[in-house]
Amino acid sequence: MSTDANIPTNGGGSQAPPVKLTRKDFVSDQEVRWCPGCGDYSILAQIQKVMPELGIKRENTVFVSGIGCSSRFPYYMNTYGFHSIHGRAPAIATGIKASNPDLSVWVITGDGDALSIGGNHLIHMIRRNLDINIILFNNRIYGLTKGQYSPTSEFGKKTKSTPYGVIDYPLNPLSVALAAEATFVGRSVDTFTSHLQKVVERAMHHKGVSFVEVYQNCNIFNDHAFDMFTDRGVRDDAMIEIEHGKPLVFGKEHNRGIRIRNSDMHLEVVALGDEISESDLIVHDEKAPDSYLAYMLARMEYPDYPVPIGVFRDITKPTYEDMLAGQIKTATEKMGPGNLEKLINAGDTWVIE
Amino acid sequence: MESITILDNVEDKHIEELETVTIRFAGDSGDGMQLTGTQFTNTAAVVGNDISTLPDFPAEIRAPAGSLPGVSGFQLNFSNHDIRTPGDEPNVLVAMNPAALKVNIADLEPGGILITNTDAFSENNLKKAGYQSNPLDDGSLSGYRLFKLPITTLNRAALRDAVKLSSKDVDRCKNFWALGMMYWLYDRPLEPTQRWIQGKFKNQELQTANLTALKAGFAYAEAAEIFTTHYRVRRAAIAPGKYRNITGNEATALGFVAASVLAKRPLFYASYPITPASDILHELAIHKNFGVKTFQAEDEIAAMCAAIGASFTGNLGLTGTSGPGLALKSEAIGLAVMTELPVVIIDVQRGGPSTGLPTKTEQADLLQAMFGRNGECPVAIVAPATPADCFHMAVEAFRIATRHMLPVIYLSDGYLANGAEPWLLPKMDELPRFEVKLATNAEGFNPYNRDPETLARPWAVPGTPNLEHRIGGIEKEDITGNVSYEPENHMHMVLTRAEKVARIAYDIPDVEVFGEPEGRLLVIGWGSTYGSITSAVEEMQRSGKSVSSIHLRYLNPFPSNLGEILGRFDRVLIPELNLGQLAMLLRARYLVPAVSFPKVKGKPFKISELTAKMNELYED
Repeated sequence: MSTDANIPTNGGGSQAPPVKLTRKDFVSDQEVRWCPGCGDYSILAQIQKVMPELGIKRENTVFVSGIGCSSRFPYYMNTYGFHSIHGRAPAIATGIKASNPDLSVWVITGDGDALSIGGNHLIHMIRRNLDINIILFNNRIYGLTKGQYSPTSEFGKKTKSTPYGVIDYPLNPLSVALAAEATFVGRSVDTFTSHLQKVVERAMHHKGVSFVEVYQNCNIFNDHAFDMFTDRGVRDDAMIEIEHGKPLVFGKEHNRGIRIRNSDMHLEVVALGDEISESDLIVHDEKAPDSYLAYMLARMEYPDYPVPIGVFRDITKPTYEDMLAGQIKTATEKMGPGNLEKLINAGDTWVIE
Repeated sequence: MESITILDNVEDKHIEELETVTIRFAGDSGDGMQLTGTQFTNTAAVVGNDISTLPDFPAEIRAPAGSLPGVSGFQLNFSNHDIRTPGDEPNVLVAMNPAALKVNIADLEPGGILITNTDAFSENNLKKAGYQSNPLDDGSLSGYRLFKLPITTLNRAALRDAVKLSSKDVDRCKNFWALGMMYWLYDRPLEPTQRWIQGKFKNQELQTANLTALKAGFAYAEAAEIFTTHYRVRRAAIAPGKYRNITGNEATALGFVAASVLAKRPLFYASYPITPASDILHELAIHKNFGVKTFQAEDEIAAMCAAIGASFTGNLGLTGTSGPGLALKSEAIGLAVMTELPVVIIDVQRGGPSTGLPTKTEQADLLQAMFGRNGECPVAIVAPATPADCFHMAVEAFRIATRHMLPVIYLSDGYLANGAEPWLLPKMDELPRFEVKLATNAEGFNPYNRDPETLARPWAVPGTPNLEHRIGGIEKEDITGNVSYEPENHMHMVLTRAEKVARIAYDIPDVEVFGEPEGRLLVIGWGSTYGSITSAVEEMQRSGKSVSSIHLRYLNPFPSNLGEILGRFDRVLIPELNLGQLAMLLRARYLVPAVSFPKVKGKPFKISELTAKMNELYED
């Protein structure tokens, strides 16, 4: 028998040529069991809508999730799916992507799943820069366990487990992702359908890890959590859509902007007019090799600042799976393909007659 | 490297023939005792002795020099016949300082050879070891053949003109000086170690220094006539074939590479460093040209999960750890049970509980492997018996995992991991082969369809058109794999997962009885106690007693013929390095009044301890 390591690589296959699929192709036969009115429906619909545009074959797509309401997501996608255990989706996705780089791998997670029980795995998956897309549904509450506070819940919030108010300081998911050196960071809102599609699409096309936070309403345990800045009536003045190469302008009348205050290098909201023009404002650069600007923007919170949505960062770095494959290639060129007989017979051997 | 053909040395009038010798090297953890022991072992193996080793080192990287906790030891047994243990009592103790003497002297056989480095017996070192007076001079060692050698001084003198190195570097060569002396005493060739030094030290000065020290120790022993005799242990009459010396961890790693080649599936090893399992990660990381992917995870949980992810894609997903790490992996092992994916989990057991005794051996994770998860969560369990057997059982672990589509726990231990023995190299066509089939046919496909024989579900991997499906940790509806909370279905699935494990029994060999098939006393062992139990049983049999033994390498399920064998003996004895975990399982399963013989000291059984217990029970 042959003892060479002529081990086939896995199925997968190439991403091309693009196949013409429709939204329906990505709808599974499983009944969706989220609460009526849940923001998850919208996110599911946008992703099912955008998947055909991405041109990836269904069989080459894997959705991985942990535990929580959002983590039921893979059941509703007619692709390969893995609904795993508390917080561990990033670790499972890492095994999937590293062992078969041909697959398009998505992690669907929530604020509790990703940032509490799975915080460790999340930062390590991000720093390794595997080409995996993370969609974090942030509703700032524990839904599936019925209403306890989450790592993103606001300070002082009263919940079932904090009747006297939350005394943990909240995490900012984008700050976490940027601190872990994410190469793609974006944010959108469940009800901003076209914006959400756009960000998801860009995340998919990004080569390397992509992290997208989606503000998602839980109408049972944390209803209206984002209304103060997402409602149609206020959003133009309370939110800002950041775009690469464009100055940070917002407001119904496009009359306000964000600049860096020279005195202390902090961001400030300014009114555009005679004294301040667009040229004084920050021009968003998602390609900056360092993440300072992205980090500053990610820290803008309502009501002191308009809440930013869009792509904060999009840079290119070699991916973990490519470097791993590269090491295998180099080792194979140097040592020749593995030969089991040679491996067993290596080192000091002796013969007993 | 070239094979070496062994020629017996020319007859020497001062040579005395010995059957078996047990040597223990002991010194400070910075003294290179593990290296010295390993070199002596390799040389003994290469000249054709049978060998068995027991490294014993502290968990601290460097405890304070000269202190009792800093003592590092390496015991090896080499013989002209088949041996299975590193020996009960050393015949020779090399003690490089007072602390090493204090920790080890109680084990030296009466009248044994005791070689000491007198330079290290300073007032300060004696104090650190807790000696009131110098034992080399106060007569307390009169029961041994004491050799007092100023090894540090002799080594310095030998290297003074040979190399330009700091005195610290020079002193670090003294272990090779001692090794050279021991090579003369036991009539060993220097060449294998010389070759090793040449390969190891790229720095010319260090290479010369170590070579010079080795030769100087040898020459000193020959010239100084301190030893009246030197000894020879002839080649062992062991099975013909080609051999190499191998530790359990090396054999484990090679076995898993072999499994990948035999199954024609890529190997993906995810692990978090932990003693004594880390060497497996180090070894597998080298073999990238086999397509082996190694992943050093952020924690044990991630390692287990990444292995599951890799198995989901059709790789051989493997993870390795030691006891505390297995505890962390538990939830994810349950996920692998529920998703019915073939993963293998290596547990190189060490002393517990908690972080316990990181560098000492124990067999106390059997019940954790068997039951340590939430819910009814059975997995298959295998356990290698000897360092070389690790290779075979590693292949077995994946053969079972892929054929039956379930997780398999591979229970090694610290003693197997670091212990070494000659490995009769398998021929390629003798290796077991196993076919791994991935599902490709969409017709009638369901993720939890089952093979009628094994109950295994299909291995349908992402990338395969039309087999898209979803799996996860929530209870599955049989056949469809959809989420199901139905009471009847849950019971059915719990029974099915149990039955899947039970049916492995049809797929593993019957256990063989060592000795007569029936009689007075049956001794049952598992894992690394194989050597001492078998040697002890052999001794009982030689004295005409009706004692047999069996050794279990498959612990879940047990081999089909086990229950029947138990019924053929008056008494059953189960020695284990735990408080009777296998005994508990066998008593529960077969209602046999087995007697447990536990030892939980971080050390393997001595043959003498076992024979004493066997005699007691035999006469009872």
